[in-house]
Amino acid sequence: MFRYAVRRLLFAVPTLLVISLIIFALLDLAPSDPTAQLPLTIPEEVRQMIRLSLGLGEPFHIRYLLWLEQFLVNEPLNLIEHYWDIRIGDSEERLRVRSWSTRAPVIDLIAERLPQTLLVVGVSYAVAIMIAIPIGVVSAYRQYSIFDQLGTFVSMVGYSVPTFFTGTVLIVVFSVSLGWLPSIYDTTHVVTDLDSFIVQVKQMIMPVMVLALFNTAQLSRFVRSSMLDNLNQEYVRTARAKGMTEPVVILIHVLRNSMIPVVTVIALGLPTTFAGAIITEQIFRINGVGQLLIGAIEAADIPTVQTVTFIFAILIVLFNLVADLLYGMLDPRIRYD
Amino acid sequence: MKPSALIPLAAALLFATAAHGDRGGDGQLKILYWQAPSILNPFLSGGTKDIHASALIIEPLAHYDTDGNIVPALAEEIPTVENGGVAADLRSITWKLKQGVVWSDGTPFTAHDVAFTAAYCMHPEGGCNAAERFEDVTSVEALDDHTVRIGFGVAKPFPYGPFVGSEVPVFQKAQYQECMGARAPQCTEQNFGTIGTGPFKVREFRPNDVVLYEMNGNYRIPGKPHFATVLLKGGGDAVSAARAVLETGEFDYAWNLQVEPEILATMEKTGKGEVLSAFGTSVERLMVQLTNPDKALGERRATYQNGNNPHPFLSDPAVRRALSLAIDRQILVDAGYGSAGRVTCNVLPAPAIYASKANDWCRTQNIETANRLLESAGWVRGADGVREKDGVRLSILFQTSTNSVRQGTQALIKQMWQEIGVETELRNINASVFFGGDQSSPDTIQKFFADIEMYTNNFNGTDPENYMVRWTCDKMPSPENHWIGQNMPRYCSPAYDKLAGELAQTAELKSRARIAKQMNDMLIDYGAMIPLIHRGAVAARANSLGGGAFPNVWDATPWNIQDWHRK
Repeated sequence: MFRYAVRRLLFAVPTLLVISLIIFALLDLAPSDPTAQLPLTIPEEVRQMIRLSLGLGEPFHIRYLLWLEQFLVNEPLNLIEHYWDIRIGDSEERLRVRSWSTRAPVIDLIAERLPQTLLVVGVSYAVAIMIAIPIGVVSAYRQYSIFDQLGTFVSMVGYSVPTFFTGTVLIVVFSVSLGWLPSIYDTTHVVTDLDSFIVQVKQMIMPVMVLALFNTAQLSRFVRSSMLDNLNQEYVRTARAKGMTEPVVILIHVLRNSMIPVVTVIALGLPTTFAGAIITEQIFRINGVGQLLIGAIEAADIPTVQTVTFIFAILIVLFNLVADLLYGMLDPRIRYD
Repeated sequence: MKPSALIPLAAALLFATAAHGDRGGDGQLKILYWQAPSILNPFLSGGTKDIHASALIIEPLAHYDTDGNIVPALAEEIPTVENGGVAADLRSITWKLKQGVVWSDGTPFTAHDVAFTAAYCMHPEGGCNAAERFEDVTSVEALDDHTVRIGFGVAKPFPYGPFVGSEVPVFQKAQYQECMGARAPQCTEQNFGTIGTGPFKVREFRPNDVVLYEMNGNYRIPGKPHFATVLLKGGGDAVSAARAVLETGEFDYAWNLQVEPEILATMEKTGKGEVLSAFGTSVERLMVQLTNPDKALGERRATYQNGNNPHPFLSDPAVRRALSLAIDRQILVDAGYGSAGRVTCNVLPAPAIYASKANDWCRTQNIETANRLLESAGWVRGADGVREKDGVRLSILFQTSTNSVRQGTQALIKQMWQEIGVETELRNINASVFFGGDQSSPDTIQKFFADIEMYTNNFNGTDPENYMVRWTCDKMPSPENHWIGQNMPRYCSPAYDKLAGELAQTAELKSRARIAKQMNDMLIDYGAMIPLIHRGAVAARANSLGGGAFPNVWDATPWNIQDWHRK
């Protein structure tokens, strides 16, 4: 297993390098201009100077190698320095990946936003898992019952209705009509006591529920079909024949076996927790990583887009590996060596 | 304790509470911008939002008020030729600065800060986006601690470019002196925590999300600002920003709400706030391509070629006039703009002394006249109803940026033109491509590979000279100048260029107004541009917010934020 993991990690290096080149080239080829949002009253000569000051005068391969050096060498060095509080070489002059619109290091921007994303998207993912498993189990056990039909219907609705719609509907109902919940997430809010905790919970309810609805729909279908596969297996009949009670049969024998593929799906979905939810974060104005990405795309802030997308790529590659390893651990029939 | 000892104590307490009740006594002000501020250095900003967010912290020498008058901020008075502040030969301006002003860190503000700021922005490697304001500036020197003289290389009839308006504020030399030129972008700490003389200072800044300001205890006007803290939240979209002020009441002020008028009207009925609009110089206009944009021409596509590359049908004055006459501008206003727009026939619609009345023929739609014009010019309707002449069909490619109001306007104009036998193909391009000057993209406003394009443009401040000279022959975008220039129609008239030269030499306001009006009339009469809508800035304000919170089209909206208060 260990050798397998090392081999996979080594394979990931060329994969990621190719991905980085593709991301860089795609963004470079796409027509965009970091000065497009400036007022039109600013003349073109001035815009040209701004573009040159951003380093756009260099040819493609130079900019790519520079970015690679900044991302793969300078940023990790900086992180090490920061974490252990030491100095390696000339850290003042070392160039970092800088955002064009804020002129700040992109990694700092991501670090500032990651907590919000992890909190909101992470909680919603946890909520989704907690709702999806019971629904999936009951739907499968009572296949074609009213509950199953209803579950299927709600899942389909949750899966097919886009988050920008559910989000706006929730705002109109709970913020505008009822006035119970805030429509805008206060990112400067600090939890210090019970009251401020309640405020935090209140502002998280809507975004968390919007995202959870979407994830629940997807996951509960997985749980259901996986349960159905197992319910017809021989070992279930054996368990019943041995005189075990239904709860033990379902929850101990069937559920545990059914969770193997579900755990893989959950692991594969985890990178999105870091990536944030672009649309939901935008609707509720949560300063997460998703909002950073969409804002950077709109402002043609290419270094930010490149770096954020590349970090997503790394996470996806890593969690794919994690999912494969988990599969091997959970299912003794699978051996990698 | 003796009773007599209590009296001064009580007096001191009373005084303290009175002072507190005034400065910062109104709690928190919450402002919503649907574009979030990215940086608090307006010179390195990527858009208007950053300039507004910085305007709470740093100040220029003078502001424009909401009527477009220049009013002193850090300056003692406005220099003019009459008071001797502007040299008789118009080649220099001398500003006297207010005494006793300190930065929010307590150090004194001096003329050296002003001179430094000029050097900072004029540095060739700095990428300062206000560089145009320093055009023709040859020297900025501090004569003493409170006097600064700006010298120009040419006579400047309007010398209020540098340091007037929030785009060109004064930075603290001590904070920024290590950030000159190429180092400017690396000064993150400075760019995020600019020190200023304004009513507020930064407490917390989260780029592209929120700025939390607290009042500047060293602000020069006693008892101001009224709010202790300001929360400027960014992001989201215009509709939900309007909702947060007008329907849920979570915020006090929302900026730039280009939203369909009926949506705003419905929200306003809730009664929590009101929609405000102010009119500046923004005009939504159609640019008419006067050169041939045919793809087959290759390098010569959409270039002037000394007049040897005319457009196949838009070079005909009758067609241009007919296109303008066929448009019912009031319908466009009602459908897309509501209180945020009004009909205009000028590209130079304001200030009032510059607004011409000579083009009012365009105010009412006249399909009949338009049809007659086309008939007599020899454009006859073909079998499909589209007019043609010598095998050339009146078929227009009409492009603009992607924006639901603009697409609505496009569709309406297409219908109106159909009535005069003109066929229109509509196209919309992502705003960051359309307005971005990417040399490799064929879809920029400068390249203009279409027959008609629509967008809004305006000018800063109240003087139209820089704006009107955009349409001289030498301002045409072309491959030779890397598609730089604002003369999109490729309009070229020696008479117009002569007027532009005259404007640059004239100081007296009335004569300047006469010349500028004449230039506007030439453009409209020729049909190089078809003005549609005079656009206002729309904002929403909560009923409880007073003190002159109003969109300022001549300057940044928060220019007078020290006066804003809770009613």
